[in-house]
This record gives sequence, C-alpha cells and structure tokens, in this order.
Amino acid sequence: MTRTLTVVSVGGLVTVQDRGRFGWAHLGVPRAGALDQPAADLANRLVGNDLGDAVLEATLGGVEVTVQVAASVAVTGARCHVRVNGRSVAFGEPVSVPAGARVALGRATEGVRSYLAVAGGIMVEAVLGSRSTDTLAGVGPAVVAAGRVLPLGAPRRPRALDVPARRARPDGVRVTPGPRADWFGPDALASLCAVAWQVLPASNRVGLRLDGPALPRVQTGELASEGTVLGSVQVPPDGRPVVFLHDHPVTGGYPVLAVVDEEDLAVCAQLRPGERLRFLPG
Amino acid sequence: MEIRPAGRHGLLVELADSRQARALAHDLRAAGPAVREVVPAARTVLLDGIEDPAAVRRLLAAWAPATTEHDGGQVEVAVIYDGPDLAAVAEQLGWSVRELVARHTTATFVAEFSGFAPGFAYLSGWEVSVPRLATPRARVEPGSVALADRWCGVYPTASPGGWRVIGRTRAELWDVEREPPALLAPGTRVRFTEVPA
Repeated sequence: MTRTLTVVSVGGLVTVQDRGRFGWAHLGVPRAGALDQPAADLANRLVGNDLGDAVLEATLGGVEVTVQVAASVAVTGARCHVRVNGRSVAFGEPVSVPAGARVALGRATEGVRSYLAVAGGIMVEAVLGSRSTDTLAGVGPAVVAAGRVLPLGAPRRPRALDVPARRARPDGVRVTPGPRADWFGPDALASLCAVAWQVLPASNRVGLRLDGPALPRVQTGELASEGTVLGSVQVPPDGRPVVFLHDHPVTGGYPVLAVVDEEDLAVCAQLRPGERLRFLPG
Repeated sequence: MEIRPAGRHGLLVELADSRQARALAHDLRAAGPAVREVVPAARTVLLDGIEDPAAVRRLLAAWAPATTEHDGGQVEVAVIYDGPDLAAVAEQLGWSVRELVARHTTATFVAEFSGFAPGFAYLSGWEVSVPRLATPRARVEPGSVALADRWCGVYPTASPGGWRVIGRTRAELWDVEREPPALLAPGTRVRFTEVPA
C-alpha cells in the first residue's frame, strides 16, 4: 500500500509548507514556510510529527483530499468544519482516519490559513533544504492542484506530543524600529502605532498590504536596494505600509520603518481584508 | 560603517560601496560568528538570524576590508548579441554596434549581489551609464543580457523589467540541482563571449 495523499479539490491557494528555507537569501531565495508557524507546529505535534515536517496550508476556501493509508490527521489555524467521509470531526484535535478516507476542510469561518497535518508528514522532495513553496520566486514544489498525489512519510510516533498551553492572540503586533526609521522622522513609530490599519484585499503570502493615513517621509530620494528581514514594515512612496511575510523579496528599494516580532506574524497570517491591525511599540 | 537595527535578530550594515559590502559578506561567512543569512547589496550587508549579537558587533567594530580581493572564480557566458535594445544603446553611447559588443566582451564583470530573483546577479564593471527604459517591458525573455545604470544583469527567468536588453544567453543561470545553484554567485568574475545565433 503506497503511503500517499491525493488532492481532490482546492478552494483557494493550497501549498506545501514546512519551517522554511534558510541560508539562501544571498542568492535571492525567499524563506517561505508556513505563514502561521505556531498553528502548523500544533498540527504536527497533534499527529506525532517532527516540527520540521511539511503540512498543507489552505487559504480561506478549504481543500479536500483522500488518504490512501490509515493515518492520524489534524487541522489547525483558521477555524473550519472538518469532515471525514462526510462525517463531522473535531477541529484542532488528532483524528484517526481509515485507508481511503476522504478528508475535507470547509471554508474558514474566521481567519485565513488552515493547516492539515498527516502523520509522517508530506514527503515531497526538498529543494535547497525545504519542502516549502515560495509563491514569489517559485522555488520548491508546485502549488497544489486537484489530482496531485503527494507522498507521505512513515508515522514517527504513536501518540500526539504534549501540546503547550495556547497563547491568547495579542491585540496587535509588536514592532521594533527598522533600519530606515529615520526616513520618517522622530515620531514615526508613534504615528505607525496610532492607527488601526485596514487590511487590503491585495494581501498575500508576500505581504500584508494596509490602508490608512499616509506616513510622511522627511527624507526624499531613492534608496539603493538592500536586504530585508521577515516582518519588515516597508513604506512605499504612497505612504501606506506593507508587512513583509514569508515569501517577501530578499531585497527592497523602499525604506523599512519598523520590523514586526516574528512571534507575532501569526496574527498577520490570519487577518482578512477589511479587518484591522494595530502595531504596538516593542 | 554604520550599523542599523533590523528586527530583534538582525542588523543592517552600511558601507561605502558594493565592493566593501561583498568583502564584509565574504569575511563573515568565512570566519564569522553564527549568522543564518548574510545578504550583501549595493552598499549594505544584512545580517539575519544572529545568535550572538554582541560577538557580531565586536567583529564589525574590528573589521576593515582586506587590500586583496577574495577570488570567487570566473565564469564565461556565451551571448548572442541581437537584443531589442542593442542598436538603441549603441546609438545612445555614440558607438557602432560592433564597438558596443567589443566593449562588452572585453570588460571584466564581477557579480556583486543578488536579491531580485534567484540566479539574478547585479554585475559591476560596465563603465558607462545606460538609462533604464521609460516604460518597463511587461516581459523580458529568460536569458536576456541587459544593462541599466552601470550594472549588467542576466535575467534567469521571464519577468517584467526596465533594463536595456542587448543580447541573450542559453546558459542556465539558476539550477537547484547544481552546487552552487546560482551560476553568477556574488564574488564571481564574469566574461561575456560572442557566439552566432
């Protein structure tokens, strides 16, 4: 019996993600990886996987798969209805499914990204040390589509790992000053934190685009492209910030005013267009 | 040298030029403390995933560029000089097309940094500034050899672009199976040679 998972249908962007691709930024390769890392980690723990194992990240519209072997599965992240062979099962808990089972994640009822972990992990070939798909440069496995057959690893542990107490979602995301905060004047961070920014529909794995009052620059002119870190709050000439997420370009030519703490990026991963984001001084 | 914050585990180091940036990046990789990413760019080096920030700051305080440059090896890139902007660039510079090709094939370029896309390197060594297109092309063909300002670059994949395209190559700029995956990794010297179509 081959250990595989077959994709029946996708309701939105579905990709394979693990913890991301490290050490290749100097060659222009984005980090990629699960946008809501704590949710992906939880899904892996619930099925006894290693934290580095790959999962499926489904965006808003859900995904339906069949699993060719009996396995433990778990769904975390954006809350959604989970059905196994048409029967409702618990969200956020390990569920044992029989060989041939149809596992369906419905449309997210809140948040954006849901994670499906299967015992053994999604075992596509790693590229440059990671099984993650980066949607910007296209490094890694192809975006998941209906009909795709994904190999599964052998289950690692018979039981779920101890799950740490869930941290309450903070009110906003903590920031520290970025490398070009001086482009925006001495009160720039306060101005950034004073606004309840609105998430725009153009947001994706590359960045969270925000709407609100333009942040004025005190320094004009061009900035030579320079390296940027995950969580960078970059401000283009129109004054509206973009929060860099996991598929962000390695270099950028717009000044970075602040950087969001990596632990708080999960908040950004689950914000819908129209919802609000606040920055908190770090 | 100026050091700026870049998140809780990162620093952006500002230097005089790309040669210094490349030298610092090389020295940090070769003998420096644990840093997960070292990203040189036009005038900066980004350090990310720093395990011991104090050790890094000490190293930076003591650093000076060596007088001899590290040798990153040489790559020859075969080019068919028939790009859509070839004639226009030659005319703009007051040269014949043959002279433009001669100058491009005799110059020695150095890959200074990447970042725009995997496999794309900004090559220094072109001495005459070439302005970008006023309106970027929606699509530049993969393998396009192009100029902008005093940079030369080769597009590893199709993408929008405003650089002036003077030729094309069949060389594989990016191959994840190869070590290193980028043909023009930072520090590599590059020579272009002319081949027929």
